[in-house]
Amino acid sequence: MSNDFVAGFHFVFDRWGDVLQQKTLEHLAISGEAVAISILIGVPLGCLLGHLHRFSFIAINTSNLARALPTLAVLSILLPYTGIGDTTAIIALVILAAPPILTNSYVAVDQVDADTIDAAKGIGLRAWQVLLRVELPLALPLIFAGIRTAAVFVVATATLKGFFGGGGLGDVISNPASFKISGIIGASYVLIVMSVLAQLLFLGIEYLVTPVGLRRRRLSSPLRRGGVRPATEVGDDALATSQLEQAQLKQAQLEQGSITR
Amino acid sequence: MPVDTGKTAAPLEFRNVTKRYEGTDAAAIKDLSFVVPAGEVCVLVGPSGCGKTTAMRLVNRMIDMTGGEILIDGKSISGRSPADLRREIGYVIQHVGLFPHLNVANNIGTVPRLLGWDRKRIASRSAELLELVGLPAEMGKRYPSQLSGGQRQRVGVARALAADPPLMLMDEPFGAIDPINRDRLQNEFLRLQREIKKTVVFVTHDIDEGIKMGDRIAILREGGELVQYDTPDAILANPADEFVARFVGADRGLKRLALTNLEQVDLDEVTCVREGETISPGTWVDNDIVVVVDGERKPIGEMTRDVSSDSAVTLGSARPVGASIPITASLRDALSLMMTESIRPLLVLDGEGRVAGWVSIDQINKAVRQVPNESAAIDAAGIDLDK
Amino acid sequence: MIVAVAALAAKAPVIPGSDAYGKTSKCVKDNGTFCWDWVRDRWSGTVGPALVQHIQLAVVAVVIGFAISFVLALLAYRARWLVPPVTFLSSLLYTVPSLAAFYILVPITGINDFTVEIALVSYTLLILFTNTLAGLTGASGDVRDAARGLGMTPTQSLWRVELPLAVPTIVAGLRVAVVTIISLVTVAGLIVPDGLGAVIYTEGLKKNNFNTALIVGGVLCIVLALAADALLAGLQRLITPWAAARRSR
Repeated sequence: MSNDFVAGFHFVFDRWGDVLQQKTLEHLAISGEAVAISILIGVPLGCLLGHLHRFSFIAINTSNLARALPTLAVLSILLPYTGIGDTTAIIALVILAAPPILTNSYVAVDQVDADTIDAAKGIGLRAWQVLLRVELPLALPLIFAGIRTAAVFVVATATLKGFFGGGGLGDVISNPASFKISGIIGASYVLIVMSVLAQLLFLGIEYLVTPVGLRRRRLSSPLRRGGVRPATEVGDDALATSQLEQAQLKQAQLEQGSITR
Repeated sequence: MPVDTGKTAAPLEFRNVTKRYEGTDAAAIKDLSFVVPAGEVCVLVGPSGCGKTTAMRLVNRMIDMTGGEILIDGKSISGRSPADLRREIGYVIQHVGLFPHLNVANNIGTVPRLLGWDRKRIASRSAELLELVGLPAEMGKRYPSQLSGGQRQRVGVARALAADPPLMLMDEPFGAIDPINRDRLQNEFLRLQREIKKTVVFVTHDIDEGIKMGDRIAILREGGELVQYDTPDAILANPADEFVARFVGADRGLKRLALTNLEQVDLDEVTCVREGETISPGTWVDNDIVVVVDGERKPIGEMTRDVSSDSAVTLGSARPVGASIPITASLRDALSLMMTESIRPLLVLDGEGRVAGWVSIDQINKAVRQVPNESAAIDAAGIDLDK
Repeated sequence: MIVAVAALAAKAPVIPGSDAYGKTSKCVKDNGTFCWDWVRDRWSGTVGPALVQHIQLAVVAVVIGFAISFVLALLAYRARWLVPPVTFLSSLLYTVPSLAAFYILVPITGINDFTVEIALVSYTLLILFTNTLAGLTGASGDVRDAARGLGMTPTQSLWRVELPLAVPTIVAGLRVAVVTIISLVTVAGLIVPDGLGAVIYTEGLKKNNFNTALIVGGVLCIVLALAADALLAGLQRLITPWAAARRSR
């Protein structure tokens, strides 16, 4: 039994060169593409809506709705229309990744302290200067938290592509006939390492983009940030008493976003 | 009655009470001794960090003391189970702490339910208390989030009174309410207290509130040291030291005036005449004015000493009444009105608007000089602290 | 282990057209975009049972996961030192991609629903533990102080005050957990022949991407997730009228 786990390690080392390296790169490529598109959609839109403090219903509820869309189901429904190939996978992954990024960006900008913005306007900054110089720097950590959540989901979920037309580590995992149980377990190891690395990478970025004055407070408990904050029913202030708490609860829910791996 | 004292109010005694928090050298409460007679409101007041809230929370064992003894109705609280003890002591805090998931009636019924009363009795008690604190019965079905701040505070008081505790603890109960509503709630509570006559320990940092609400005031200094314990009047008249004098404020003379109302003062007699009566130069007694009244002694005009011979009073020869003030007003209000009316006697009217007398600066002077008649409050309580 | 590999191998793609089932309409033969007749024919034999299995797998996972998380949260509420280790472990479990988790369990527990449930339960822990704990600690200090000051014992305060107040947060966590688990049961269908994922895999992907099965499986999956979410949201409104009173203000 434990032999299979050892065999998995052997597979990683023996087959890295001829199989896993290529599959891992494919996996990263498709994940990267999906996350990049999601950022291009989610960040500008979320920041804009957050800056305007409007359409919160849309910004928040896309996340809620997307959570109920299992990626496998989305892939299945898309397949008959978009066929086998990268397009189908990318659409499905963007549907998975864009909502948490959008919602986080919205909340990040929306929750920037009103007094701070008032002060910025008061000393004569224009609307776009307020957005670029005040709101964005203060919102960046939360925006990146959204990207981190999305990236970890995407890395995990991109595996499904192996079942839908091929590509990435899913090719190994979906093909026991060729790679045996040792291959599947070996590929799973690589997948787990990739997920953890993605998590750590974006945690690092989050730390770097956090304004120095806010670092200690924000990252005082890396575990909690790395993990998950409690979910709440967004739009219902449930038990949150302060605005900050509400924002944190919202963020927590965003971080849990849609998990369809 | 659920409380084992079987009384509506019980005396409270602090006997050499000390509280020291672990890891600190300085005591939070140092050798605190005082007695609150049954049915009186004792205000604990002092600057922040003086230990007034700590002292209050020792009473229901929210905090346990390090040394000394607290006695309720002569019985020490030390051996009591904290939960049982607390059910016999009303507890009201600044932000009320109503349970958001229970409606008002169930909030009020909290302690009775803990005490195992039956449903019917709890329901009727809740209704009774709602009426007592001046809230309509329908309010029982509302949730706390649907109430205003003042309403929540009233519900908080009702909840504290639910099991008819002989002792109430109130920690800055009106601290989070706006000034106008605070004043109203204070007056309402004073009215309520006249009715229920509980022993109350009332914590505030606001000396004016203390003076208004307290039968006695305990002024604490940082480190939980009792500096002065006396009636408000005595404290204002004779502050024990520089600290108390500064704490009660340079305007303590005025504050004392606020404690006395015109009913408690010997007013000057008013010369009243009815329309058509004959007046002579001898009619004027103490000052220059006679007041023309109607059949019920309500003022309709006044006349100055300008009559040199006997003549009949006509309204035409009178002018409208000058400044008047109700007899329930304080001396402080009277003084203020004198200032704006350029110091002359004010006409004092009783509850029905009838002439009661004159008040002038002389009465106010006399009141200020009067030695407080309830000084040495601890002796008055008749309890020997040294035993 | 040999059995496991054999079972996996048996899932290798089959030759298109080798449909062992009876009636085959033209639509099915030509793999039309959507064949109602297939759904009609296969509802009682394949799709319906798969839907029921899907619900069963999800319900069992959430119920067990909630029971474990609830007990852990109550313990951690009293003994706060438990929070970091429990959070760390559940975060770790949560980060493992589900397919990897399924397969890594296979050598130990084999290819069966038990394996699937272990993986699913491990995914609920973080969400449900964090939310239950947050709900319990969420009661304001004043409310807790009042509960104590009115004479509630810690246990009475927990059951009469903290826990009722935690319900909205707990249900919010349950909603996330349920929807997540419904998703993951679909993925489990790639490994075990149960649930809607198996319809997608066995009837769709393995049969030369048979469109109707893909769409039926996918749509039912989404409908199920939305329905479960709505059901829990409705349930919460029912059991916490006070929260609704607060909302309407």
